[in-house]
Amino acid sequence: MKSSLPRSPSQRRFAALRHWRAYLVMALMSVPFVFPFWWMISSSVKGLNDIFAFPPPLFPANPNWSNFVDVFSYQPFARQYANSLFISTVVTIGVMLIASLSGYAYARISFRGRNGFFLLVLCALMIPAEVTIIPNFRTMTAFDWVNTHIPLIIIPIFGAGSVFGTFMMRQFFLQLPREIEESGMLDGLNRFGIFVRIALPLARPALGALAVLTFLSSWNAYLEPLLYVNDLPLFTLPLALANFVDAYGTPLWHLQLAATTLAVVPVLLVYVFAQRQIIDSFMQTGVKG
Amino acid sequence: MNSAIPPRRRGLTWAQKDSVWGYAFVTPQLVGFTVFVLIPIVSVFLFSMESRNLLSGKVSFIGLDNYATMFGKDPLFWKTIGNTLVFSAGLVPFNIALALLLANLLARALAGITFFRAVFFAPVITASVAWAIVWQFLLQGERGPINQFLAVLGLNGPDWLRTEGWAMAAVIFSRVIKTVGLNTVIFLAALKNIPSELVEAAQIDGANRAQVFRKITLPLLAPTTMLVTVITVIGSLQVFDHIVLLTQGGPANSTFVLVYYIYFQAFKVFETGYASSLAVVLFVIALTLTLVQWALRRRFVYNEV
Repeated sequence: MKSSLPRSPSQRRFAALRHWRAYLVMALMSVPFVFPFWWMISSSVKGLNDIFAFPPPLFPANPNWSNFVDVFSYQPFARQYANSLFISTVVTIGVMLIASLSGYAYARISFRGRNGFFLLVLCALMIPAEVTIIPNFRTMTAFDWVNTHIPLIIIPIFGAGSVFGTFMMRQFFLQLPREIEESGMLDGLNRFGIFVRIALPLARPALGALAVLTFLSSWNAYLEPLLYVNDLPLFTLPLALANFVDAYGTPLWHLQLAATTLAVVPVLLVYVFAQRQIIDSFMQTGVKG
Repeated sequence: MNSAIPPRRRGLTWAQKDSVWGYAFVTPQLVGFTVFVLIPIVSVFLFSMESRNLLSGKVSFIGLDNYATMFGKDPLFWKTIGNTLVFSAGLVPFNIALALLLANLLARALAGITFFRAVFFAPVITASVAWAIVWQFLLQGERGPINQFLAVLGLNGPDWLRTEGWAMAAVIFSRVIKTVGLNTVIFLAALKNIPSELVEAAQIDGANRAQVFRKITLPLLAPTTMLVTVITVIGSLQVFDHIVLLTQGGPANSTFVLVYYIYFQAFKVFETGYASSLAVVLFVIALTLTLVQWALRRRFVYNEV
């Protein structure tokens, strides 16, 4: 195995070349992962007529930027974009608040019934949220909250979002050394003070991961908005994207792909700069169970 | 629980006050959980014993009639269960095999490896609606980009989303590419936990790459594989966005899967009572899978890395 320990940069480059087969396999495997993004972006600046031209240019010679303008006149896309930003932000803050409180309590505070309550939450972790859509829809109808953003905010905050968040935050607080908090007790802090001044600041990485997961799951949600929201100005992004169709339901591809590009590219840009943190956040979902 | 001396104030000890804080901390979550998860799970069982139309509002208690209809008189239910099985049986092994392969490729310390990891993971953070829209475009019949490429190779691609069999395959494929990155990074983390001495020792004994994978890597990955499998199976039961956007259950109902059928009965046909009994089926399947996982976990506990 000596030869696989390159010492100088030139040797390392040589080693990289020696692994050309691994690179070739990975490059070939990347095709179905990259192709949809490339096609989405390059088609977003094509006209409806040359969107099916073949062979396709790598990037259109005469980019049709007007698609990005038409997207906003076809439906209230800016408003819909803002709706998604607003809802996802509120859901994220709500889940962080509620889940850090309850996750901390289940990890640290002893009180009667703690294990029973936590077991309930743990069981719900593996139950698909789709099981509860009908009863929740009836609750929302009873409160006259259908066709508002309220269901899209409170159901994730109190349902699946905080169930997973509670579990994740509990895991984090469990591995925090108790001694750090004991100094707070000696200083005369009560539990809330210990939580706010000592535990919460240390939980920043876990809270960040929870924020990433919660924001994206709200930003990408489709089923709940489909059920609860009917009016165009109330649409969220996923609903809006699926709605660039003509009167017969045939997709207006140039607009649909331009809108999809506008929805996906900002997320991808954030991802490019925070790849490490985002992937690590998602790996938290692998520790459950 | 703590070594600190609890100062007595107004009759309540620190520990007693602490448990009050405990209730205060869990109350917001617990109240919301009761209203939006616990009561709904119980009431979905009750609703499943009603005949209820969402539009007319007509309600009557019909006992287990919905289940009788489901098992005895609804061919679309059995078709849906069959499709869901086909979907999971196609998606799960494909997803896990691909994730294992990609994780093994990414586990090597090669220059530029983080770039490839980022590429394989990118669809995971992309909205499934956006992903499905792009695939709907790519998979079109005669004018779709995929078929145009195939034509260059002299192949005549089918109308993927409107041909029975191909439609299911296309949904599975696009969904695997969308989600495999998550399983890949979970496997990758587990691979990095395998002590390198074990692999090196086997190599010194003359084991080749395939043997090392089969005799060392795979057994040590077993707990992770099991967890990933259960998560992937439950995830595969939940597929919805891809069905709505790519096939709407067609052609010839060949892609009607369980969650789509619940949605269809409740919000297209407005039979919420019947839809609730379908939701109970989903609940029972998910619960069974979770219990199986917990039971199996005991057997694997000594292997945990």
